[in-house]
Order: sequence, then structure tokens, then C-alpha cells
Amino acid sequence: MESQKLTFEPDDRYNAFLTICKKAPYSNGKLSGIAVAVKDNISTKGIETTCASKILKGYIPPYDAHAVELLRKAGAAIVGKTNMDEFGMGTTTENSAFGPTLNPCDTGRVPGGSSGGSAAAVASNMVQMALGTDTGGSIRCPAAFCGIVGLKPTYGRVSRYGLIAYANSLEQIGPMGRTVNDVSALMQVIAGKDRHDSTTYDRPYTHTPVADVKELKIGIPEEYFGEGVDPKVAGVVKTAIGRLEELGATTVPCSIPSMKFALAAYYVTCTCEASSNLARFDGVRYGPAADTKKSWHEAYKEVRRAGFGTEVRRRIMLGTFALSSGYYGKYYAKAQVARENVKADFKRLFSEVDLIAGPTMPTIAFRLKEKSDPLSMYLSDILTVPANLAGIPAISVPCGKSDGMPVGLQIMGRPFEDECVIDAAFAYEQAVN
Amino acid sequence: MAEDQVIVGLEVHCQLDTKSKLFCGCSTDYRSDGPNTHVCPVCLGLPGAMPVLNKRSIEYAMKVAKALNCTVLNESEFSRKNYFYPDLDKAYQITQYDKPLAEGGYLEIESDEGGERRIQLTRIHVEEDPGRLVHMGNAERGKYSLVDYNRAGIPLIEIVSEPDMRSPKEARKFLNKLRATLEYLNVFDSDKEGSLRVDANISIKGNERVEVKNITSYKGVEKALTYEVTRQKNQIRRGQRIERETRHFIESTGITQSSRSKEQEHDYRYFPEPDLRPLHVLSWVEGIVLPELPDARRERFVLQYGCSLNHARTLTGELKLANFFEGVVAADPKGLSTLAATWIADTLIGELNFRSMNLDKVDAAGFTGLIGILKMDTITDKMCVEILRDFLDRAKKGLHYETPAEIMDRLKIRKVVLLSGTASSTSSVYANLVVGDPITDVIREQPQAVEDYYKGKKGAFNFLIGQVMKKTRGCADPGELNRLLTEALKKREA
Ligand SMILES: [Zn+2]
Repeated sequence: MESQKLTFEPDDRYNAFLTICKKAPYSNGKLSGIAVAVKDNISTKGIETTCASKILKGYIPPYDAHAVELLRKAGAAIVGKTNMDEFGMGTTTENSAFGPTLNPCDTGRVPGGSSGGSAAAVASNMVQMALGTDTGGSIRCPAAFCGIVGLKPTYGRVSRYGLIAYANSLEQIGPMGRTVNDVSALMQVIAGKDRHDSTTYDRPYTHTPVADVKELKIGIPEEYFGEGVDPKVAGVVKTAIGRLEELGATTVPCSIPSMKFALAAYYVTCTCEASSNLARFDGVRYGPAADTKKSWHEAYKEVRRAGFGTEVRRRIMLGTFALSSGYYGKYYAKAQVARENVKADFKRLFSEVDLIAGPTMPTIAFRLKEKSDPLSMYLSDILTVPANLAGIPAISVPCGKSDGMPVGLQIMGRPFEDECVIDAAFAYEQAVN
Repeated sequence: MAEDQVIVGLEVHCQLDTKSKLFCGCSTDYRSDGPNTHVCPVCLGLPGAMPVLNKRSIEYAMKVAKALNCTVLNESEFSRKNYFYPDLDKAYQITQYDKPLAEGGYLEIESDEGGERRIQLTRIHVEEDPGRLVHMGNAERGKYSLVDYNRAGIPLIEIVSEPDMRSPKEARKFLNKLRATLEYLNVFDSDKEGSLRVDANISIKGNERVEVKNITSYKGVEKALTYEVTRQKNQIRRGQRIERETRHFIESTGITQSSRSKEQEHDYRYFPEPDLRPLHVLSWVEGIVLPELPDARRERFVLQYGCSLNHARTLTGELKLANFFEGVVAADPKGLSTLAATWIADTLIGELNFRSMNLDKVDAAGFTGLIGILKMDTITDKMCVEILRDFLDRAKKGLHYETPAEIMDRLKIRKVVLLSGTASSTSSVYANLVVGDPITDVIREQPQAVEDYYKGKKGAFNFLIGQVMKKTRGCADPGELNRLLTEALKKREA
């Protein structure tokens, strides 16, 4: 099978990797010998997988995530596991138990998150492509901040089997690369139905990008250029959208009224799911062992208090609270209603337009430690979370610079029209290069 | 309704007898294998593993729902029940909460007053079994506990009844009937250790209810509830309030114990399982073909075999028993069914229980032979019991098989033929077994009793019977003896 070995000894000055496989086996296939980095919340058989958390230090999965299995079958060399915000909880990759990843474009800044390690590994040319995961923007944000391409596929298009769950109903594994072609090539390998993931659909991706936006109608939601969005970033993105018009697309202003509730719906949903998903990390089967001299619940408490970082504990507590008896209706149930409203808004919009475009992030990459206040960090997810709530495909493609830092153009499409989103990004990319 | 009316509701958890677990492909046949040998990333709850619903489990549960007259919901859904416990690998159990598979329904049981009583059901849902803890030493002070995840993910069906039962005995009847129904449906194997667990709600009318958890046997339910009835009634009599609480049943001592640990104050934080899609299986109901169920079979036994209602109820109360009966009488239904029904229901079951023996070990052909011998009137009932006991003892000990006829020969069991004056029995074959003429002898030896008999004194006749029986070492046929003794006494009087 994997008979050949790729030597991989990068100069990881950005702390993009948590694990490096110096001799990465690979085989023949579509991606034969191509170095692919995998985010550390995706299970890799025989390779330590920690989610950048102390609580999983030393955990070596006995099985491959479905997406990884497909990568191996396609011949790719899995060269390492990339840094991230612990369990995907963050927008900067600073919430890693193993130190932050730095932005290759400016080492005084964060690479974005939570797939910051994957983005930095691609942006710094250490690898050609990488797998990230996107729960509320975790692929698109670092792609925008580091100046690469990242796609959050339609929910159900890529198997989550083996992805260590943070918020199951929101997240997807997705491709990250320097070009739209690379992202598309990865999609060809990882998309499709998986019998191990009941939420996948039989919608394989066999597309090759076509640079054509003629006759496409693109909606430009006012909320994506409103309050909280850096005018300079907005300006760069507007220019990019102008470019799409020059290529033959028509644009129409539109509105997503439910966006007012999107962030709250997102944070309630993801913390609730996380509080349940992360409950299994108790020191019994993996991670640092629980103290066997203590009673089990005391030992659990100790392991969990010491093993999880601040942000993870905060979200576990928020989710636990929101699900508790007497509050479920006020929080979780309400969040699901808001989520349905977001979906309905997109459904309505997509009956009028083919794509929706705007900035990926409201600002350029933050300086290290700039977002020490959790709430201001949460607010920066405002433009990416709607796509997760609605389960629609969304891509971030580099569209210029602001203050010397990359800016991402976000393009969202109808469910299962990842191809259309990729084509529009490809058309833009081809036009500017 | 009495003032101290007992009110009982049950939550019954049964393992569905599928080949693979509820959410993965692991085999459910784990009991004879070592710990943690039937596991995979899914049932170990490894990070990233996802549940995939085993359709067969749902089919099994739907069969139960249909048989119990439940309404299958158009949409049902799995939810997570979150709590920490070392046997729960994911720290949540995938179960069904506000959208169960089916609601309503009922089960009919024989009421304490006779006749059928309908016990209403609340709901039926499907869930996964957690793993199992093995405590080294005792649970409180043991050195450590071991976890075995072989059981984790075994499909369970939970059947919740309304508080419709009025006594511990009715609860046991409900449970027996439920077991029979599940066995007839071929979805449940009650012989498997740990395949049944029951939580019971019990209250005395007008008082708080108490939940008794951890009952793992059929007899245990009646025992636990009987204990609770006494405890609660005593408490009320002493003027004490019944506290609403959860108690644990201790199988070994037969008592219930308050469990005041924090464990009971759980807030399970239910929410829909995001890794599974909602279930839409209402359309399956029509396609489910139910086999003959206990009630129908009972009625058939009455009609087809002329069984008494009680015998029919007993015989159809267990699938194996019903099949055994039909096997025994198959060769000659007309001739054998009454005898077979009586002997299986009234004697065999008791003899098996006495030996803690399973019906599987009884050779049906052998038993048929015994009933045949009995029917030919060549042995007495008492002899038949003697042969049956020997037959069962041999089977239990695994001794070389002997037919009842062979056992008869070995034990030298023969019905004694009574020769009483001229009214001698004609079967000369057995004449050599008879010592003298016991009836004539007794009449001669017991003049006082004979006198008493003629005076109409009660008990005199039975005394004389007893004396003759003694002389024949109990081998005389009681009916025949009765007849011959009466004749002899009449003759003498004349
Ligand atoms: Zn399994």
C-alpha cells in the first residue's frame, strides 16, 4: 500500500505543527507524494491526535478518520498534525495548550483560527494543502488572515467520522490550499457519502473548476458591510466584487435580517454540543490518567480541571448551563428557532440569487493577544457563522490586502452547490493573477 | 377501592436480541468472551467515532410496539442523556426523550380477581446499554473497579407502563406477560444473564411515590414491591410521611435501600443527538407481520386441545412451554392433550423449578412416552411422579438417557393389582406382585374400624384405605382401591 516515503523536515518557525512525520508514507494515486497537513482534531491512525489539548496528550487513535483514509488511498503523504485552538474553540490559534501559531505574513499577528496551524503550514509553503475543520469559520478565518483559499463544504458533503467533535451539527472537514485548484483537488478526494457518518449525503464532488461567473446573480448582504466591519477591509472586498461584475456577474443588494440572532444562536448551539462532546475526557481511557486513589468523581474533576484550557472550560460551563433543566427552552430551543430563521433567510435569498458574497472576516488578522476579551473574539465570527448555521458551502479566497495584511473574499452558495462557489472563487483568482 | 390501595408502574428495560449492537457492527454475543473483546471506536466512545443506527433494532422495537398496540410516531428522534459514570464511555447515553418511537398501547394480564385486566402503556423507546463495572473487592471499599465495554451499545427497549397495577403480584404478572410477548416476537432472550432490568414506581394511594431501581429478575420485582408495600404501610401507620425518593433493590437480601447520593439529583441535560437523523418509520408498521401472540395461543389451546383456561394460561405463558406442550401432544392430540396439559402445568413446572432446571433439558419424546404409559393406566399418578423425578434427575446430572419405560423397569415400578375375594382384578400379569389379599386382610384385622364404617363414622373408610395402601407399599391405584374396598365392605354387610 504505502510503500514510498516522503521526507518532511520543515523549518516550522511559526509553530504550525504539533506533530511532524519526518518520513511520511504515501502511495500511488491522484495526490501521490503530495504533502498534506491534517488539523490535530482529525483522527490519524498511529499518529498522536490531541486537539491541542493537554487532556488528549498522548492519545494515539487506533483508526483513521474517513477523510484521512481517503487521503491515504489517493496517495497523499500525511506529513503532520497542525496546531489549532484547543478543540477548535477560538479564532486565533492562541488557545492551544502547546503555544500559539504565528501568522507567516506577520509573525506579530495571529493566523486566525481555529485551523491556524493548517493555514500557516500552507501559507508558508511547508505543505501544498491541508485539511481544516470549520465549525463557525475555522477554515475561512485563517484562510483569510493568512492569504490562502479555504472551503467549508456543504454540511453532509464530507464525512465527519474521526473528526473529534466540538459542535457536530455545525462543523465540517474542509480543504485548504494556496489555490482554488488545490482546494478543488482535495474536495475530489474527501467528499462523498460515508456509511460511518449518518449525516453524509451521496453527493460526491467530481468537479474541475471553471472560471466562469457570467449570468450569475450575486447577492451582497448589507449586514456584511455594516457595523463592526473595518471600512478598509470592506473597501478591498467591494473592489473584488467589482471584479466579479467585470467578469459578467450581476450583483444585487440584499439583507439577512436573522443575522442579528446568528451569533447568539451559534454560541448557544456550539457550547451545548461541546459540553456533551467533551464530557468523555475523564482520564479513564486517554490523556493523563486519573488519580486512582481518589473516588471516581473527584478524580474526574481533577483531570478535567487541569486538562482543559480556560476557553474550553468556559464553553463547557456555558453549554452545561444552557442545557440544564429550566433553561433548555430559554437557550437551546430558542437558538434552534433562530437557526431555522437563518436557514429560511438563506433559502429565500437563494431563490433570487445564485451566490452571496462579502468579507470573510470583519478585520485583518489580530495582533497576538489583542483578543484577550472572549466576547470581542466571539464577535469576530459574525460573518462566518451564518454559513454553519445554514449548512451551506462557503469559501474564502484572497482578494487583496489591507494594511499589508491579506483580506479574504467570502462566497456562499446553495446547499450542495460547492461547485458553483468554487467556480466563482476560481474566476476571481484567475482574473487577478 | 381500599384506602391503602397500592399503585404500581413499571419501566422495563429489555435487551433486544439482535446480532449486532445498536450503533456499530460489534457482535452482541459477548457473554462467554473476555472483557472488552466486542468493542470498536464507536461503542468505546472514542473521540471522533459516530453512531450509525442498526435498522434491525428498530424493526424489533417496532414489532414490540405493534404487538403491544402502541402508536408509532411519525417522527421520532434520538437524544443524549448526559451524566458522568465510569461505565458510560461517552458520558452520555443515546436514548429517546421527547420523541420516542411509540406511545400508548396496552398489555392484558390476568387480574387478581380473575378475568383480564388492561394495563395501559405510556411509551416505548430504544436506547443503548452502558458498559459494565466489575468491582474488585466491594463497591465501597474495594481497591479498584474494572470497566468492561462489551455490553456498551447493546440495544435496549424501554417499555414504560402507566401506574395501572394494583399489587406486587400484578406487577409480576405484567412482567411475565411482557416477557412472553417479547419471546413470541422472537426479539428477546430472557435466559441471557442481565437481559432484563426493571425500575418500579410504587405508592400507597394519597402518598408520595417511591422509585425502586436496579431490579434484575422477574421474582425480584414482586419481592422488591412487596417489601416496599410493607415498609410504606408501616410508615403510614406510624404517622410518618412517605418521602419521594429513589431506592435501590438489594437482590441478595430482598430489601430496598434509600440512595441519597448526589447521583440521584441528576439533571440529564437532554438534547437531540446531532449525529443521527430523525427517524421516520411509521410506514414500516404495515409491513410487520406478527406471529401468534400469547393471548391468541391461549385461546387456541382451549379450543383445539380442550385445555382448561388456567392450564392454557400457564402453558402459553412461556414460549418454550407452549412449544413443548404442542410437541408432546403432536402424535395424538385427542388422546394426550388433557393428560399432558395437566402434567406439564401442574407437575412438570414445579419439578423443574424445584431443581432450578431449564425446560430445554427435558426430552419431549421421553415425556410423551411417560404420558402414554400413564394413559394406558398401568401406573398410578404417584408412580408417574416417581418416574418423572428420576427422569429429570438423570437429565440434570447428564446421566445416560433412559426412557420412562426403562426407568420403570429399573425401579421395578408396577401398579399393584388388588385381589379382593371374587372381585379380583383380571390382570394376572401383575398377580405375582401382590402379597396375599390386602383388602380381605385389613377387613379381618380392623374389626373396630369396619364397625365404625357401618355406623357411618367419618374417617373410618379413609383409615381402612390407608391400611390397605400400607400393605401394598403405596402401589395400589387409589381409584381402584376405593372401588374394591367399597364392594368388599358391602358384600360383607350383606
Ligand atoms: Zn462496537
